Parts: sequence; structure tokens; C-alpha cells
Amino acid sequence: MAELSNQLMAVTVLSYLAAMVLYAAEYAFGNKSHIGRAAQRPARQLVGSGAPVPPSADDVEVEEAPAPAVRDRGVLLGRIAVGFNWLAFALHLGTVVTRGIAADRMPWGNMYEFTLTVTLVGSAVWLGVLTRKPELRHLGLFAALALVMLLGADGLIAYAPVGPLVPALNSYWFIIHVSTIILASGIFLIGAVPAAMFLVRAGYDEGKRRFPYSLGAKVPEAALLERLTFRLHAFAFPLFTFGALIAGPIWAEASWGRYWGWDPKEVWAFISWIVYASYLHARATPSVKRTVATWIAILGFATMLMNLFGVNLFFSGLHSYANAGG
Amino acid sequence: MPAAPPPPRKPNFAWSLLRNSWRQLTSMRTALVLLFLLAVAAIPGSVLPQRAVSPEKVTAYYTQHPDLAPKLEQIGGFAVYASPWFAAIYLLLFTSLVGCVVPRLRDHFRALRTVPPDAPKRLERLPQHAVVEERADDPAEAAQAAASELRKRRFRTRVREQGDGSWTVSAEKGYLKETGNLFFHFALLTVLVGVGFGHWYGWHGNRILVEGNDQGFCNSVTQYDESSLGPRVDAADLPFFCLRLTDFQAAYQTTGQPKSFDADVEVQTKQDGPWKARHFTVNNPLRLSQANVHLLGHGYAVELRYTDRFGAQQTKVVPFLPTDGLFTSSGVGSFPDVNIDPKTNKRDVNLQVGFEGVFVPTVDPAGGATSVFPAENNPALFLTAYRGDLGVEVGNPGSVYSLDQGQIANGELKKVSGDRPQRLTPGQSWTLDDGTKVEFLATRPFATLAVRYDPTATLVLAGAVVGLLGLMLSLGGHRRRLWFRISPRDGSGSLMEAGGLPRTDYPGFAEEFGQIVGAARGPDGGTP
Repeated sequence: MAELSNQLMAVTVLSYLAAMVLYAAEYAFGNKSHIGRAAQRPARQLVGSGAPVPPSADDVEVEEAPAPAVRDRGVLLGRIAVGFNWLAFALHLGTVVTRGIAADRMPWGNMYEFTLTVTLVGSAVWLGVLTRKPELRHLGLFAALALVMLLGADGLIAYAPVGPLVPALNSYWFIIHVSTIILASGIFLIGAVPAAMFLVRAGYDEGKRRFPYSLGAKVPEAALLERLTFRLHAFAFPLFTFGALIAGPIWAEASWGRYWGWDPKEVWAFISWIVYASYLHARATPSVKRTVATWIAILGFATMLMNLFGVNLFFSGLHSYANAGG
Repeated sequence: MPAAPPPPRKPNFAWSLLRNSWRQLTSMRTALVLLFLLAVAAIPGSVLPQRAVSPEKVTAYYTQHPDLAPKLEQIGGFAVYASPWFAAIYLLLFTSLVGCVVPRLRDHFRALRTVPPDAPKRLERLPQHAVVEERADDPAEAAQAAASELRKRRFRTRVREQGDGSWTVSAEKGYLKETGNLFFHFALLTVLVGVGFGHWYGWHGNRILVEGNDQGFCNSVTQYDESSLGPRVDAADLPFFCLRLTDFQAAYQTTGQPKSFDADVEVQTKQDGPWKARHFTVNNPLRLSQANVHLLGHGYAVELRYTDRFGAQQTKVVPFLPTDGLFTSSGVGSFPDVNIDPKTNKRDVNLQVGFEGVFVPTVDPAGGATSVFPAENNPALFLTAYRGDLGVEVGNPGSVYSLDQGQIANGELKKVSGDRPQRLTPGQSWTLDDGTKVEFLATRPFATLAVRYDPTATLVLAGAVVGLLGLMLSLGGHRRRLWFRISPRDGSGSLMEAGGLPRTDYPGFAEEFGQIVGAARGPDGGTP
């Protein structure tokens, strides 16, 4: 069963990779999304106003005529990409479930399993968002990219063979504490995607055309991305608060005798909490620009990554059983 | 932001400076900067070893960086979370918080007591607006119908009759958002105060407890290996209880990974009271009325009997500290009061004896003093004998887990065994060069216990839970206002106009507004 899980993991990464390539193909060859096109029009007119030629029937024809064919191809690619995305999700779920069966416990006992499940939650949240708002499909490229990178890093750096839990983890708080943090981390992960793309799009709308901003041409409207970013973070933040700052300390009190002890993992959870709290405050403050607030959200995700990879690999502490290879 | 105080009649430099500083401190921008500073200031505590978390790592850091360590010590690098600069940041942050939420609390109380304001003149200027052209009923009835619809949706509603025969309905909802927000911030203050009091009035101690009725301990500062009392706690305040370990069980996987640890103890909670049997494990601490006892770790204690040159025997039970996950353990047996001539009854410091040892629960069949399994499948003890002055009289606080290396270096304490340590299995004895004898009698398990009393843990937990509930209300709630204006039409019936104003960012407001207007239109309709 453990072998099967490892094989499924490899196929999962390949499927996400395939979905990513197809999303990219849609991105490159397909037309802009409806919203992308709608937002593009004023810019085009602005350029046109420099040359005082009234829009003629020819112009309209040039603009509209090739659209259906191109769009069909793009839409087709996009739909295949979504299909692969669902396939990858199913395989991903299979990887986690077989891993759990092989270990005969919740598959959250070490860093490899933790990251595997966080990305699964991220994938589920992304597909949920996509189902509710299909017009966000262009984000798929970046969501799949994030998942492929994290899963790849997980398999390469953090892989550990199936093993039993150390006695300290043998508690129902294990399920409560770790599952809420996994949920929150997965949502923060997917929240970071529209956050990054909002910044790109906002820069593009300001007229920047250098590399990262050039990606903004085809992503959804800035306000839509920004709102999605906020909603994902506003949902994940209480979960994270519960998992890291309530369930964690309750368990720590029972297990280690103190509810908070500035263990490196606790320090970085505290830092992430503070940074995400800053994001929510900044966003609620009208005098702070939305781009500034969103940068704080990105920083928050960077601290989460630091806590996942950095703390596990560089610092030793009470959470060390989460270590790579451990 | 607090409401601006009325301007002083005469400009006063000190007063305005004070006022501006307070405004600056309680502004959201300052709060954001302070939050960031707090996050950044927390980082060193994860990079540098912290004395409160792992004092042994601080000592190791001192040996590795002898120049840098004292400088870091000066600026609180090894006690970041107790340092004045860390405290300065969070105290400023909480001052800013108080300055922000207290005026907001006042405003919110006021808002809760005020009725929703009357409709603005031009509803069509609001973000949401709808007109229902035709209603069969007269304005008063229509207004009551709209109001009951709003009340059903838990809006705070007020119906007003205007002078010109028209009626208005004002409604507001979403007060819980601000209520939750205030609960969240006051809960944070509760947590801070709780943590502070817990630090002042709490205490904790660590202790290695070896199995056996002769190895028990009672709750007093002197009996702990390491202890720390809060600033408001006196050593005499510690409650009375005694503990002895009757049994300790560790179970392992075949790979050597631990499966479970179980400790059976007997507790005496009154002087000369009865001993009661209790059981606890890693995640289920022993909860006594005034303290909790947590099982942190375990290991092996070695029982050594030394027979000196006059035939006198002494037995010591010495905990050996694990040095790896498979319980290769090291420790020492010191016998300072041996080889005392019964005729003179004088102790010769040069005839004191000490043993350095490595205990291995399962010997590597390939040889070598390292363990291959954490349980005692094939135990062995590797001893090195020293004779001479152990240096215990000098009054230096020597470790009980190692011999005084200074005494060995200056030749006061001499190695008297061969180059290789002597290997002993339980029950074996070893005769030294002077005819004295050491016996490895047996091993006993020991448990590493943390005993802790934190009077405010429940308060802090309650604060955190209330804070979370407040946070959820604050993030999930939406404050919004709705108005209906119903004017009489020529002839009969009435004309209804509605407007809506979301007071916070609320993407679903248009939908809700549409539903309410649709419901207020009533089943008999009216043309939109």
C-alpha cells in the first residue's frame, strides 16, 4: 500500500504538470477570458484616441472575426486542463488515502505527509473556487504551478517512509490540531495565488509591461482577484487561529506541560498569525492601498512556507518529529 | 481611530504634542507598524537558542561563539521573549489597541442605543436602489408590511410618518460585526493580562524520578533538578505533595520507534496522609489540585554498589541521561565518602572514587558502546574508574552527570582502569587495582517529570476562545442599512422606493437587497 501511494504520488505530480501545461497553452494560444477582454477594451480605445480615426466597420471585423475560432481552441484547451486538474486531484486524494491506509492512521505524521495533505486541501479549494466562478480559469496555470512546486519539493526534500506515530502524537488533539492547520494552510496556499495575480494585474493596469506584469494581460479583473484573495484569507484566518493558537496550546499543555513555550514552530506560527492579522487590518483600513495590503498577504504565505520548510530543516525543537526523513 | 477631542481654547504646546502623539499611537498605521515590529522581533527567538526553552543549547552556543555570545546576552538574545525591547513593542501595541478600542466601544454602545436614521432625501443616490411603482394598499399599511418583512430578517427597524403623508422605513443590521470586533480585541487584552498573571503567580520544576519507594520526592524547590518560581511566589508557597514512581513501562516498535509510555505513581497529598496510586501518560498529565505533573521523557538509572578497602559498602542509584534516541546513556557514580579508616574515622580525599559510565540497553553485536534498541534486550554498562579528589568539597556546583573535568586535568583525580572501559552486565562485579570492588546490581527506569502550576491557564484559554468567536463574527458580519419610502399615489395605492447602503465591504449585498425588495413588494405584486 505504501508502494502504491508512492506511485500515485508520482502520477499525481505528472497530472498536475499536464494540467499546468494545458492551462499555459490556453493562456498562450487561447483568447482572453470574458472579463479579461472586457477590461482590455478601454485601454485599446485609449490607444486609438491618439490617432483620430473613427472606428470603422473594418476595425470591428478585424477584432471580432477570428475570435470564435481562437476562443474555441482556447476554451477546449482550458476544459481539458480542468479535466486534468480534476484527475490530478483524484490521484492526489488516492495518494493521501493509500498513505493513511499503509500507516494505519491519519496521514499527517511528518512533514512529507503534512505537505501532501496541505496541497490536497489547496487543490480542493481551487477546484471549488473554479466550479463556483468558472471565469477564474486563467488562474489555473498559477494554482497548478504552486501545487506542482510544493508537491515536487515535498517529494524531493521531505519524503519519509511510512512509519508509526511517536507517543507524543498519539492523541485526539493530533487530529484536531493538525487537521485545522492543514485546512488553513491549504486555503492560505490557494489564497496566495489570486493575491500574487492581483498584484500582477494591478501593475499591468497601471501600464507596467515588464515580465511579471505582462502576465496580467489575461488574468481576471483586479477587483475580482482582490475580493477572492480577501475571502479566502478571511476564511482561513479563524481556522488558523483555532488550530495554531487554541488547539495547539491545549494539546501542548497536556503533552509538554505549558500551553506556549516559544518553540521555533510556535514562534513562526505566531509570526504568520501576526502578519495575516496585519493583512486583515490593512485591508479594513481605507487609507492603506489594496496593493500594500495584498503584499502583506503574500508575506504571510512566505512565513507559512518558512514555518513548513525552514523551521523543519534548519531549527530543532519540540515539533522535530515533523522533520524531513523523520 | 478615536473621535477627535474638542480643540482646546488656547493652543498649548505640551497638550497638543501629547494629543498628537496619542492620536499617532492609536492610529491604524502605527498599529500595523507595531504588529510588523512584533513579528520581526520574534524571529531571533527562533534562530538563537533560548534559555527558557533549551539552556543546554545556550551553553553550547557560548562555547561555539565565545566572542559573540556575551554581546548577544547583553541585548537579550537568549531571552528574546522576556527582553525589554520585545516587551516595549507589545506594550506599545496593546496601548495602541486600548486607545483604539475603548473609544470604539463607547461609539458602539451609542450606536446600539440609537434608532436607525431616517431615509435620505434621494434614495436613488445610494449604491442600491429600486422603485416599486404600484401598490394597492395605502402608505401606512405598505410601510408596516415592509417593516415586518425587515424585522423578520432581524433588521432593527423604525417606521416614521412624514409630514407630507408619506412613510419611511429605516432598517439597519450587522451590529454583531462591531460587537465581534470589540470582543476579539478585548479578548486579546484578557490573554495578555492572563499570561502576565500566570507568569507572576505560577511556578514550575523539573525532576528526574527513579522508580522505587526509596527514590520518591516531595514538592519543594530543593528537591527539583531545576525550578523557577514566579516573581510573586515564595518557596514556602509551594503546596505539599510527594510522589514516588512505582512502575514505568515503555513499549517500542520493532524498529525501535517508541509506541507508548506509561507511568504509575503513588501520590501523597497530605503530610503523613495515605499514598494513592495514580497512572499517567505522555498526553494525559497527572492533574493534582495545585499542580500538574507531565511526563516528558524517560531513561535508565544504574544501581552501583561499591565495596571499599575496609569492606564498607555503599549503593547508589544514578540516572544516566540518554544521549541518543536508542538510549545510549551516560552518567557517573561518585563515591566521595568511601575508604574511611574505621580506626581514625578520617576521610582521605585522595581515596575518593568516581566512575564514568555509558549504559547501553541493547549492545551492538558488532561491538562498540552504542545502543541498537531502546529496550533492555542485551544491557551492558561500560565503566571507567577514577580515584583521587573528586573536588566535591571545594563547593563548586559540579554536575551530578559528569565528573569534575578540572580535577582530572590537574591530576587530582586519576584514571585507575585500563585504556578501554570495563564492560559489565547486570549482576557482574569488577575488582579495581586496589582490591576494592564495584558491582553493577541492576537498572531501574526513571521518568523525567515537569511539574507546573499556572493559575491563569483557563482564563487565557477562555480569552482565546472568546477572541476566536469575536473574530468570526467580525469577519463574517456585514453592517448595512436599508430604507423604504412609501408615498401615496393619486387616487389609491402607493408608490414604494427602496435604497440600500452597505457600510462595510459586502459583495452579496445587491442580492440580499433584491430579495428584500422582492419580498416587501408582496405577493399581490405591483409593477417594478
